[in-house]
Amino acid sequence: MSLLELTGVSKRFGGLQAVGDITFSVEKGEILGLIGPNGAGKTTIFNLINGYYAPDVGEIKLNGEPIQGLKPYKVCRKGLARTFQVVKPLGRLSVLENVMVSAFSKTNHLPEARQIALEAISFTGMDAWKDNLAKSLPLGMRKRLEMARALATKPQLLLLDENFAGLNPSEVERTIEIVKKIHATGITILIIEHNMRVIMAISQRLLAINYGVKIAEGSPEEVANNGKVIEAYLGVAHA
Amino acid sequence: MTKKAVFLVVPALLVLIFPLAFENPYILHMLILSMLWIVLGVSWNLLGGFTGQVSYGHAAFFGTGAYATAILVKSGQPPATAWWGLLVGGLAAALLATFIGWICFRLRGPYFSLSVLALSEVLRLVALNWKEVTNGAEGILFLPAFNDKGAYYYIIFAIAAITIFAVHRVMKSKLGFYFLAIREDQDAAESLGIDTTKYKLISLMISAFFTGVAGSFYMNYMGFIDPGIVFDLSKISIMMILVTMLGGAATLWGPALGAVIYILVSEGFRVYVGSGHLVFFGVLIIVIILFFPNGIVGSILEAKGRRERRTDNKDPKQVGA
Repeated sequence: MSLLELTGVSKRFGGLQAVGDITFSVEKGEILGLIGPNGAGKTTIFNLINGYYAPDVGEIKLNGEPIQGLKPYKVCRKGLARTFQVVKPLGRLSVLENVMVSAFSKTNHLPEARQIALEAISFTGMDAWKDNLAKSLPLGMRKRLEMARALATKPQLLLLDENFAGLNPSEVERTIEIVKKIHATGITILIIEHNMRVIMAISQRLLAINYGVKIAEGSPEEVANNGKVIEAYLGVAHA
Repeated sequence: MTKKAVFLVVPALLVLIFPLAFENPYILHMLILSMLWIVLGVSWNLLGGFTGQVSYGHAAFFGTGAYATAILVKSGQPPATAWWGLLVGGLAAALLATFIGWICFRLRGPYFSLSVLALSEVLRLVALNWKEVTNGAEGILFLPAFNDKGAYYYIIFAIAAITIFAVHRVMKSKLGFYFLAIREDQDAAESLGIDTTKYKLISLMISAFFTGVAGSFYMNYMGFIDPGIVFDLSKISIMMILVTMLGGAATLWGPALGAVIYILVSEGFRVYVGSGHLVFFGVLIIVIILFFPNGIVGSILEAKGRRERRTDNKDPKQVGA
């Protein structure tokens, strides 16, 4: 059984078909990359999986259990965590408090939540920042805070939404290490990323979409050389 | 004993022995009103300050608490029931809160703020017109259970202490973390596993409970209520917000300080000037918000916090990235 399965999922916003009949699955233990040009519907897919939107039709299963239409907090408790492309730090809380909030989904006790949070913080290399207010963090650290927070919910499946965007090269390297480290602990990862170097380096399998429709799926090399994918990114002349 | 405990226990003892040392009923009255407003400010702040759900109509809960016990006594119970009836007032207000919160908190944005404002006005009109139960505009008058102001002093002291302690405990627990997360970003809160509707409702229920207890106490102490007094928009609902803003929203002691200042200002003006305390208080609020947007206590804490962070982390960039 796949960890996550989407079957015929569609979502329409008024006249715009954001996601059309998408079917794919994420296997336990893999890193699956989700790519596609701007506006292809990648984040909408995340929002559908995570429960921000309910799909118009189709089925989403986590561990074989339907989760479509469940509210985000319920999906979170079933073991699915996500980060946001447009980061959402709890601004007036410290980094530690931010992560503790999510740790409370696993425990009701403050000392335990603190312990879980501190582990997630040091896992993502944010120890030196833990007492800073989240709103005072530079973008690179905000992106990392998103990961620390998601980790503290102890997910089985982690959705990473453009965690590399806007980072400088050394931060990119550091974040690749962190993602690999997260994966090594047994967490399955579904990642959206534009940076091809990053996505080729991390993912074991790629899924390309355009206009809300799946255009290619396979190993990173296959997908990167797929005519439809090149066409979607660069136009017909290059395909 | 730690330094912090000394700061808490010594003033508390002073306040406790005060009525034994001085039997000045006027000063006792002032202190009782101050503590009543401390309860109101601190309860409003739990919802409005810490959870970020601004209520423009907390008089709904104040008045419901007051009327719940008043009707209890009026329906034939001896006046002494009224003081344990404080609990009845609190529970009635919490019940009302469940009703309005359950409807409004599924939505985000100004719906709750405005609905609760409407609710308090509706309740005022109901109290005014449902004469069989509330005596309408004549209000409900009864002989208080205690002749001695000292008794009320200790009751309201206990209520204020319990309210502050409860809010303190809540904010140091999972609930408190969830309230703050909801205030900061509801989308993020949901994705971190927080049922935002439920936790907003819990915050409102706690806040309404203590506000209801305060309303119930008010009616016990004054021995008289009418709809215009306890459901008053500007003197109760809005004043609860101003008291909190003045002292510092989302701080534990801010609303308490704001409450004391409010009572001092309004009494000072009543005695020495005659009128105009609301104008002065309004100007004071404007000045505070202009120069100290976090309120008095909030600004002090922020200044302190900044200093601590500076000394804790000399240069986090070097270590972190």
